[in-house]
Amino acid sequence: MNENIALTEAVYYILLSLYTPQHGYGIMQQTEQLSGGRVRLAAGTLYGALSTLSEKGWITALKEEPGSRRKEYQLTDQGLHVLKNELERLQQLVANGAAVMGGTQE
Amino acid sequence: MKKQLTIRKWFWVWDFEEEEDWLNEMALQGWALDGVGFATFHFISCEPGSYTIRLEMHGHDSDYLGFLGETGVEYLGRVFAWVYFRKKTEAGAFDIFSDIDSKIRHLDRICKMLLVIGLANLGIGMIHPSSAGRINLLCGALLMYALGRIHGKKEALKRERALRE
Repeated sequence: MNENIALTEAVYYILLSLYTPQHGYGIMQQTEQLSGGRVRLAAGTLYGALSTLSEKGWITALKEEPGSRRKEYQLTDQGLHVLKNELERLQQLVANGAAVMGGTQE
Repeated sequence: MKKQLTIRKWFWVWDFEEEEDWLNEMALQGWALDGVGFATFHFISCEPGSYTIRLEMHGHDSDYLGFLGETGVEYLGRVFAWVYFRKKTEAGAFDIFSDIDSKIRHLDRICKMLLVIGLANLGIGMIHPSSAGRINLLCGALLMYALGRIHGKKEALKRERALRE
């Protein structure tokens, strides 16, 4: 499998939010909070992404608690691996940007 | 008591964004969408601007409606495959799609639906060379035109995606 791909910002934040188990609305809130309000996941986008990521095996739905309507998701080992690769890729992007543009100082 | 208002209005499928704009304009004027029927919109009076309205093409999916419900979104009804939602503006911003990819996938769903119904109409129209068959041919042609319009929107988004998310 080619894992040397750039994740979309939505997918990156969804995976990051699922570092600990979380339900859909929790993912939306956490993403907004982590990004300081810059990234807002819309419900339809998130719903589609959750089903695609489940199909890919990067995340999995937890067994539903009796009486609970909310489905919780968590990262799989494969998902964690993808997330770690992405973090490395992003770090390289930042390092290259900083090197060419003369560091992070203003 | 809340006042009610029913408006009959027709929107072509390629004008679904205009339809959404119009519904939000109504909400700004104090009329919140409350129910839908074929080319029919039912409104109730509301505090001007207190609701955001969204519509989407989505199959029957109670999981999805429950998921949206968790985020404070009210399901208002459906007309064929089109589903109508509203959310109180005080409960936060309301969009169905937040990135280009999911917008493209939505347009893709619309295209597939138009293609299936359009081809079925053209097929029936060609098998039955009667006046009813001619109506099918006409419908098929119209659906194919709609497909072209939606496809154009999709291609524009794809060009944009080449540069950004």
